[in-house]
Amino acid sequence: MSEHGGSGLRKETTADPAPGPEILVEQLHKSFGDNHVLRGIDLEIRQGEVVCVIGPSGSGKSTLLRCVNLLEQPSGGRVFVGGSELTHPDVDIDAVRRRIGMVFQQFNLFPHLSVTENLALPQRRVLGRDKAAAGRVAAENLERVGLADKAKAFPASLSGGQQQRVAIARALAMGPEVMLFDEPTSALDPELVGDVLAVMRMLADEGMTMMVVTHEMSFAREVADRVVFMDDGVIVEEGPPAEVIGNPRHERTRHFLARVLDPAAAQVEEGMPPVDKRP
Amino acid sequence: MSGVEAGRTPVKTGMTRRRKRALSRGAQYLVFVGVLVFIGLSADWGRLRNQFAQTDLAQRLFPDIITIALRNTVLYTLSGFLLGLVLGLLIALMRLSSVGPYRWVAGIYIEVFRGLPALLIFIFVGVAVPLAFPGTEIPGGTYGKVALALGLVSAAYMAETIRAGIQAIPKGQMEAARSLGFSHTRAMVSIIIPQAFRVVIPPLTNELVLLFKDSSLVLFLGVTLEERELTKFGRDLASETANSTPILVAGLCYLLVTVPLGFVVRKLEARAAEATR
Ligand SMILES: Nc1ncnc2c1ncn2[C@@H]1O[C@H](COP(=O)(O)OP(=O)(O)O)[C@@H](O)[C@H]1O
Ligand SMILES: [Mg+2]
Repeated sequence: MSEHGGSGLRKETTADPAPGPEILVEQLHKSFGDNHVLRGIDLEIRQGEVVCVIGPSGSGKSTLLRCVNLLEQPSGGRVFVGGSELTHPDVDIDAVRRRIGMVFQQFNLFPHLSVTENLALPQRRVLGRDKAAAGRVAAENLERVGLADKAKAFPASLSGGQQQRVAIARALAMGPEVMLFDEPTSALDPELVGDVLAVMRMLADEGMTMMVVTHEMSFAREVADRVVFMDDGVIVEEGPPAEVIGNPRHERTRHFLARVLDPAAAQVEEGMPPVDKRP
Repeated sequence: MSGVEAGRTPVKTGMTRRRKRALSRGAQYLVFVGVLVFIGLSADWGRLRNQFAQTDLAQRLFPDIITIALRNTVLYTLSGFLLGLVLGLLIALMRLSSVGPYRWVAGIYIEVFRGLPALLIFIFVGVAVPLAFPGTEIPGGTYGKVALALGLVSAAYMAETIRAGIQAIPKGQMEAARSLGFSHTRAMVSIIIPQAFRVVIPPLTNELVLLFKDSSLVLFLGVTLEERELTKFGRDLASETANSTPILVAGLCYLLVTVPLGFVVRKLEARAAEATR
């Protein structure tokens, strides 16, 4: 990864001669009351790997992603990021979260702050950077997502696609080792999806470790190193995109893909984003 | 009203809806004028003018009514408001805390102080506290006592307003802040509370208007001449001169502040409504 960051904790992992997986999820369980949402997830993501998580609505994709940075507290199992166990009771969760960037479906920019302040304030408050350094890193990252000219704008004046790119830049400005994306293009008008996916492609090319929940099958096919299909709280199948999307082994995967890739059926699906038109 | 009219059968009365509305409006004007005429005829204007609007007496009130009375009213109000704001924010945060006892204490405070007349709290601060804790002085003398009493009164309302403001901020804001590494407290201070305060500025300004009027309860604390605010000042001079003109002038001084403030509140509300669209 490039020098857009500087979490002191990262050194430990890069110094490790034989680095383990960047993200390791072991027998993860999560219940909301009686609702057993995640039923034993095992997942490994290597450094620099891009993994797309697909699956029907309600299958637990967001919950899995949110367990990886502890926005949800797992009911059972263990989660490691960069070698440290997040689920350990003594862990400093704020320190761990600095190493994990997260991008939300609804952008969640801070509406009372300008674009630059959205990027600079977290650096100053969380990383203790001074104003000048934070402003410099903010400018660099706005440049990266192609929005240097919006530095002084407020979020409400930006299009959805621009807001999401600012949200990505905000996460990048913290210098994360890992980026999590939860349906980053699902709330966007179809014509704005491409710009956001282009930024994500650029990140993937730069070697960022990424875990992406998405319904964008063309993105998964072209960018992902691995695709994970989830249904009903379990991983049904995983592998290279050509296999999971191109030639799924399981009936549930085939059924899901048929619905997602067939526009007519997909429109019936609630909350489904615009669909990839290719065969 | 038009719904009721529409429900009737206009054919039967032979009147159009427009004609009916004109008649109804005419009747209302008639009542209004009637009341005015009644008051005009029955009131003793000569005595009223004598009692409330003696210009030479009114002139003698200046400049003290401004430099002492209005100034003190403003000082009492602002110090009470600031104390109430700090206390209210604290109680709002306690109300939202994950620690049970904090929530209970805050809940009890809000229920108790919303349910008590402000006057009772003034008497409590003025009489009960010095009796219960002999030797301890509330710092700042009368100013401190008034600030405390008004602060205690307004904190309960402000706590509820601020809590609602905080809860109106979408959950995604806290999640985004936490995912960037903010602690819960830092996220509250840097991200959530600044946004919540924009929402609650109009209702808090309204509370300021209420406090401005409640500051008149200082009357019951016993104040020196220099500490008198508008109501006490007006009442004292009214009894000294055996004339009510000072009361009228004091009332006008209140309106001098509350009417523009009310105007500001409506402007802020309109702007807030526009921003949330
Ligand atoms: N905070 C929550 N409280 C209660 N139930 C939840 C919560 N978050 C998610 N769920 C439930 O967990 C299940 C999986 O949700 P989610 O992980 O959002 O699925 P997906 O992202 O695949 O659509 C759903 O049944 C949802 O109702
Ligand atoms: Mg989801």
